[in-house]
Formats: sequence, structure tokens, C-alpha cells
Amino acid sequence: MADQQHLEALTDIKRMMERSSRFISLSGLSGISAGIFGLIGAFVANGWLREYYYKWNTSGIHSHSDFIELKFRLIALGLSVLVAALIGGTFFTWRKARQNNLPIWDLTSRKVLINTAIPLAAGGAFIAGLLFNHLEGLVAPTCLVFYGLAIINASKYTLPDVKYLGICEVILGTINLFYLSYGLYFWAIGFGLLHIIYGALMWWKYERKRTI
Amino acid sequence: MNPIGNLNKIFESRIRLGVMSVLMVNEEVNFNDLKQMLEVTDGNLASHLSTLEENGYLKVHKGFIGRKTNTTYAITAAGEKAFKGHLAALEHMIKFTK
Repeated sequence: MADQQHLEALTDIKRMMERSSRFISLSGLSGISAGIFGLIGAFVANGWLREYYYKWNTSGIHSHSDFIELKFRLIALGLSVLVAALIGGTFFTWRKARQNNLPIWDLTSRKVLINTAIPLAAGGAFIAGLLFNHLEGLVAPTCLVFYGLAIINASKYTLPDVKYLGICEVILGTINLFYLSYGLYFWAIGFGLLHIIYGALMWWKYERKRTI
Repeated sequence: MNPIGNLNKIFESRIRLGVMSVLMVNEEVNFNDLKQMLEVTDGNLASHLSTLEENGYLKVHKGFIGRKTNTTYAITAAGEKAFKGHLAALEHMIKFTK
């Protein structure tokens, strides 16, 4: 009888330690939806770039205002993809938290958010500086490297597997630095494909049993 | 050795044990987060926290966020030692009473 109580106490301790140190409701479906938005964004951007270069090649005139317009359209597209990915990601994670009867906004989710936001904000400022200095070619690799570092940083407070996604993003961004003209392809792989693969693996590992 | 002697009476309460568990893995936690984690009422939590503080297991820091009070709690070295001792005693009891 007393034994049972001691075991329960130990289980309680373990549960409280885990529950207060890691945000476990991060859903694999969040990764998949973010990846799909990333691919759609890359597809649209690819169309715009093709159109721009087609015009340039056929008319032979390099219009500065066209370039400025393209640049702003691409920035707006990038930010829209970010917002869409965040909304989709939050939705599936919120759903998983509700299924598990856990709050989505607590000590642990706040830690994940703060620890992602700090490197991301640094990256955002860095990219603003790149654009200001007309170093557009460096934007894609910088996005990937800072995003990867942000995820690695946050992985201490959520599913530890997230760390591997972060490492892949950093490696991809670094390779991209040596093939700058393929930025969009690297971007599509990093934000599209990797998210979908990661999300599918996580869903398979942690959520599959619940749904079947 | 009498293992029951090592079990800490203060940690017999599930809520106090919960508070200590949360503070073992988090540097500093505020009142509302503790309340949310442990799913207890204000008054209940406050009384358990003061017991732990009186025993020197907790450091209390009263601060402000704007006009609202923000009280945070952290574990003391004595608290950490007591908690680890209690854990060891629990483990010991389970191992040797089988």
C-alpha cells in the first residue's frame, strides 16, 4: 500500500518535471502545413522571377523600377508565407494541445516562443541590412541559417527532435552561400520540403497511434 | 539505516511536491504559472508556498510588471538538497520493500 503511494509520488514528480520544462503539443501537421505554404510561396516567386527575366531577355532593357517592384512583391510574398505558415502551424498545435488537455499558452510555450523569436529577430534585422545594401542574393541563405539557429535554440524547450530540422536548415543555408543563384531552390527545399518531411516523421512518431 | 526517516514530511503533500518538481527544472517560476501547472486555487497554492518558504526551500522575489505584482519563486540550495534526499528515500523504499 505504502509502496503504491511512493510509486505514485515518483510518477507525479517525473510528470511535473517534464510538463513544466518542455512544450510537447507541437504537432507534426504544423510542420506539414508550413511546408505546403512554403512550397506555394516558392512556386509563385518562381513564376514572377521567370516573367521578369523573360521581359528582360526579350526587351533587352533593364528597367530599374521593374526591379524595385519585383523586390517589394517578393518581400510581401515572403512575409505572407510566414504569416500563413504561423497561422496554420498554430492551428494544428492548438488542436493537439486541446486533444491532450494541455494549455497552449503556458510557461513552456512562452519559452519556445521567446527562444525562437530572439535569433529570428536578429536574422530579420540582418536581412533588412542586406536589402539596404543591395545584397539580395544573400537573403535566402541568411533566412535558412538564422531560422535553423532559432529552431536549435528552441529545441531545448520542446520536442528534442526539432533540433535535427534546425541543423539541416543551417547546413542547407551554408551550402546555399556557395551557390547563390539557386537561392529560391534552396529556399523551397528548406522551408517547403524539409518542413513536410520533418512534419510527416513527427506525426508518424508521436501522433499516428492517436488518430488510428 | 531507517529509510522512512529520510522521507521528508514536508513533501507528503502532492502540491508541495509538485512545486518542488517544477522548480527543480525551471530557474524561476511565477505564481500564475505554478497555479496553471499544478491546477490548484490561489489560496491553496499560497499556503503551500509559504510552508516551503518558511522551511527555507524557496526564495521569493516580489516584483512588478506595470502595476501588477509579479511574484516569482526559485529553489534554494537547501531545497534542492531536501528534494533530492526525498527522491533517494522514495527510490530506496521501492527497491527494498519488494
